[in-house]
Amino acid sequence: MSKDKEISVDIQNVTKSFGAFTALNGVSLDIRDNEFFTLLGPSGCGKTTLLRLIAGFEEVTNGAIHLYGQNIADLLPNERPINTVFQQYALFPHMNVTDNVMFGLLRLGHDTSKAKARVGEVLELVRLSDFADRMPSQLSGGQQQRVALARALAPSPKVLLLDEPLSALDLKLRQAVRLELKQIQVQTGITFIFVTHDQEEALTMSDRIAVLEGGRVQQVGSAREIYEAPENKFVADFIGETNLIDVTVSNVEKRKGSCVLPGGAQIICSAAEGALVGSGHLSIRPERIKITASGKGMLEGKTVRHIYLGTDLHIEVSLTSGSRVTVRMQNSTQIKIPNVGQSVGLDFEASSARLLVD
Amino acid sequence: MAELPKVNPEGSAKTYSGFGIPLIFPAWIIIGFFLVIPVAMMLVYSFLTKEFRGGVIWEFSISAYDQFFLYRGLFGDSPPVIEWTYISIFWRSIWQAGLATFCCLIIGFPTAWFIATRTGRNKTIWLFLITIPYWVNLLIRTISMKFLIRDNGPLNEFFLSIGLISEPFHIINTNFAVQLGLFYSYLPFMVLPIYAAVERYNFALSEAAADLYASRTVTLFKVILPTVRPGIVAGCILVFVPSLGAFLAPDLLGGAKNFMIGSLIEEQFKGAAGNWPFGAAASMILLSLVLIVLTFYARNQTKGQI
Ligand SMILES: Nc1ncnc2c1ncn2[C@@H]1O[C@H](COP(=O)(O)OP(=O)(O)OP(=O)(O)O)[C@@H](O)[C@H]1O
Ligand SMILES: [Mg+2]
Repeated sequence: MSKDKEISVDIQNVTKSFGAFTALNGVSLDIRDNEFFTLLGPSGCGKTTLLRLIAGFEEVTNGAIHLYGQNIADLLPNERPINTVFQQYALFPHMNVTDNVMFGLLRLGHDTSKAKARVGEVLELVRLSDFADRMPSQLSGGQQQRVALARALAPSPKVLLLDEPLSALDLKLRQAVRLELKQIQVQTGITFIFVTHDQEEALTMSDRIAVLEGGRVQQVGSAREIYEAPENKFVADFIGETNLIDVTVSNVEKRKGSCVLPGGAQIICSAAEGALVGSGHLSIRPERIKITASGKGMLEGKTVRHIYLGTDLHIEVSLTSGSRVTVRMQNSTQIKIPNVGQSVGLDFEASSARLLVD
Repeated sequence: MAELPKVNPEGSAKTYSGFGIPLIFPAWIIIGFFLVIPVAMMLVYSFLTKEFRGGVIWEFSISAYDQFFLYRGLFGDSPPVIEWTYISIFWRSIWQAGLATFCCLIIGFPTAWFIATRTGRNKTIWLFLITIPYWVNLLIRTISMKFLIRDNGPLNEFFLSIGLISEPFHIINTNFAVQLGLFYSYLPFMVLPIYAAVERYNFALSEAAADLYASRTVTLFKVILPTVRPGIVAGCILVFVPSLGAFLAPDLLGGAKNFMIGSLIEEQFKGAAGNWPFGAAASMILLSLVLIVLTFYARNQTKGQI
């Protein structure tokens, strides 16, 4: 039972179908108390659906959701100590900012003067104090989003669900609000379940990330685990950029794989769970590859083109086997950039490579 | 505060309003011809002298208004006292129209809600069903209703036959019959504007309310009703105004005791017993009442629309 106390939201083998379509398929997650937990995945993978199940707007088709050890299947949305920041804000159009934020507090029976003070606090937190009297229609998209955040924070819920709450903010504001959001989460001790399809957002803010795709959980782990040790091709490709190189696996033992690279070189690297002997894929991040003189690396190829990215450069190299590899290097005057058409060698540490499950 | 411009992602009508004046010209002509001129004539007639056998004599007089509000004895020479006959007819009409509006709202809102929340083709079918009876002329519908509810009509016979009652219900020539008539005549005018408002309602707002601990009742009163209010107000006006001036339902279903303004005015322009200036004066008073109601509505609208 003591283990249950640490778990805030326990999602047990949840399936959700809309008619014949299965939006979520056997999803199991244990979200810890006071955790910043992120659901990351491409559009349509079921992120919003999962949040709606937790909030109580949809019923699970199969499986169960426990909140601090209690099955919440029979609780209506208004009986769950959970608040939501909606993807489309859903601000009450006939109420000004203050009344919007105060709505939940009044429903919980706070008296007006206390509620007003609390509204002032949260508006301060989202930097909207000057807009307290505006109607939602008089706010920009980003301001509306912050009102939605303030409205959900005001009742101090046990769990806060955030459905892409930063999508309408510009880059600078988004970066600032990211830090603030993280700070708010640490200060308040509220469990955040944060939905995004922006992997950078997920990596910078989360304690743990669940990568979803096609209604299934692909991998759960810390930002570092997911980036450094992806379990499958989808995760490796979706989080950051990666090069997938066809290899022949000669042996897998204790999650180490021996692989033969296209040029004949052999390495032993970490392998994802379930990796098999035969043909496989090796994932190497672009920034982990170094360009060396021809004949001196693990792989051989010809430079195809340069892509300018500001602080960085991408060099595309076509391997002798035909597949392409991207190398990321700093855009600095210190480093010699190979010309297009030049033959080069590619080198990397065995610890930077990971053998994936298809 | 009301001066702040709106941020409107759907675009602003201002940009596209350039063609407004020429295109609205025909409408202005029609309104000018068929609305302003008749009303102006009524206003003029109400200050003329009546001629027996209908018609008017072109001589200024305020006797029509005098007759409406004041009683000066049988021969017109006693000190004036307030004449309650017409005021009470007006009062009864307002009351009847108000009650009919209320009934239409109570029945119409759930109906409109039901239709607006159906999906796809069902919506169209339900809307169609609501409007079908209105393809039949109002007079015919009112007469059929009279037939249905009379003492030995099908309604009573049905209730008698299943033993629900032992005496026939006496409905015809009562206030209740008038209510029934008004309610039935104007229900769609309530349903359609509310339907339009509910259709545009964003149900995510109900979810947001539930998420913020509002029960269903609180959500209805604090979120749904305020948001669809323009539709409700429009529906109430569309029912109240014609109910106030209605004469078919009160005439045919209500009998002499349940006389309403509409019938009173109609009488004045019918046959030799009529009194055109008096009818015109009563119309002007009715019109003023309606204008007062509409002014309140307009005020209300601008207040809500910040
Ligand atoms: N009410 C519904 N009826 C039928 N299908 C639905 C319904 N709601 C969602 N879906 C489907 O379920 C899948 C997941 O939808 P969901 O809204 O959870 O995606 P998402 O991960 O939040 O995507 P996005 O990043 O675009 O918001 C989609 O394919 C969607 O079409
Ligand atoms: Mg979504």
